[in-house]
Amino acid sequence: MTRIVIVGAAAAGLAATEELRRSGFDGAITLVGEEPHAPYDRPPLSKQALDGSWDAARLRLRSDSDLAVLNATFLSGRRAVAADAAHRTVTLDGGEELAYDGLVIATGVKPLRVDGDGLLTLRTLEDAERLRSRLQPGARVIIVGAGFLGTELAAAAATRGCKVTLLDSCNSLLARLGSPISRHVASLHAAHGVDVHSRVRVTHVDAAGAELADGEYLAADVVVACTGSVATTWWLEGSGIPLDDGVLCAADCSATPGIVAAGDVARWFNPAYGRLMRVEHRTNATQQGAHAARTLLAELDGGRGDAYFSVPYAWSHQFDTRIQLHGVVLDSDDTEIVAGSEADGSFIVAHREQDRLVGIIGVNAALRDLRPWQQQVYAEAALLTAPVG
Amino acid sequence: MTARIELDEPRCVASGLCVMVAPDVFDQRNDDGIAIVLSEEPADETLAGVREAVTLCPAAALRLVTV
Ligand SMILES: Cc1cc2nc3c(=O)[nH]c(=O)nc-3n(C[C@H](O)[C@H](O)[C@H](O)COP(=O)(O)OP(=O)(O)OC[C@H]3O[C@@H](n4cnc5c(N)ncnc54)[C@H](O)[C@@H]3O)c2cc1C
Repeated sequence: MTRIVIVGAAAAGLAATEELRRSGFDGAITLVGEEPHAPYDRPPLSKQALDGSWDAARLRLRSDSDLAVLNATFLSGRRAVAADAAHRTVTLDGGEELAYDGLVIATGVKPLRVDGDGLLTLRTLEDAERLRSRLQPGARVIIVGAGFLGTELAAAAATRGCKVTLLDSCNSLLARLGSPISRHVASLHAAHGVDVHSRVRVTHVDAAGAELADGEYLAADVVVACTGSVATTWWLEGSGIPLDDGVLCAADCSATPGIVAAGDVARWFNPAYGRLMRVEHRTNATQQGAHAARTLLAELDGGRGDAYFSVPYAWSHQFDTRIQLHGVVLDSDDTEIVAGSEADGSFIVAHREQDRLVGIIGVNAALRDLRPWQQQVYAEAALLTAPVG
Repeated sequence: MTARIELDEPRCVASGLCVMVAPDVFDQRNDDGIAIVLSEEPADETLAGVREAVTLCPAAALRLVTV
């Protein structure tokens, strides 16, 4: 019987499992996940799980009965510690070896550790529960890093009545989204009482507070590092699988024969933009998980997978503001507000590269206004993909 | 046996993926893009698309249950 092993039991791993079965794969599937939980969702961890509106049960991606239908062996609370691409084995903690015909790598990312004792991070259910109990009204909270995670966390903490300070270095993600967005988000946070320190350098930080380069010291009850993440590939060192800021994949999401990768951990050649990309967004995790599963099945069948053509989509909710991103929107120096206005709190920003529309960001934008731009982003991406001649 | 779609609306994040893979079954609200189920008991020929939408939904907001 054909054996497929999937390492990482979250959004991407689950989507791969479902797609294998949906495509009629009737071999053995083993899903290995180091977290002692059924697959759960991460985006609500900085939103509904922090403001307390959702409990842990609500975070689950699938019910027990939906999981049972997949007829997969689910090894939860087990960690893969090594892989061997030549012999097609994965080694688990405890030394057990799993032999596979096909392997799906879906181990996501881990928070980048910052030097400093007692700093909290937010990636797992346990992180969210710990944070929620610490975010008491009146607590002084310092958040280092004003990317999506840091700004969403700041909004959740401020909403819970904490005194929030957001420390932002120059190259944070929201700054990378261009000035209309970073300006808008900064004023949104300021309006809700968040103390935003932009372009600061933190010289020392620990659980008691942060010291800035200009000598200022900020004391705190809770300090959270939201300073980015690293792909979880430590267990693949020496495996024979190509690694380069993630698992390096071809356009079809295959890494080496019999191995595909998907989700936050995968860096693949995206034909929609003609470049290597690693996308840390929730929608990509499911789409790529499903795609990688199809590629693996094609390969096991002696064929080849299709290219994974992807126009990334992400969203962020902060206070009452809804931000939606389609396409490539980082670090472009050609941004323009094409609809609405910052003053109204509802607008659309277009991102271009060499006059080509590559991405759009909607802030509280109505679908009817956003959709034509979204369609144009898709059309432009398809143009690049089309074979020349 | 009929299949019924359940949409857990507060989960929806307006990605529009369901509309993309099963346009006869789903739509989105104009103001905020939240999904709308056009036919709760989808016709057999649309079921493959609906199953794909259930897998792809980035908010796990869709279920297909047989009743
Ligand atoms: C707080 C938070 C909020 C977010 N909000 C948004 C949002 O609003 N919108 C958006 O688009 N995206 C958001 N994201 C990003 C989104 O959640 C990720 O893109 C998505 O979770 C990626 O899924 P994945 O399955 O690829 O990886 P992960 O979710 O990281 O899952 C990987 C799994 O593999 C397990 N694992 C790792 N190593 C091993 C090993 N060696 N052996 C066994 N198991 C292992 C991990 O424990 C984990 O369970 C958010 C992320 C976080 C943390």
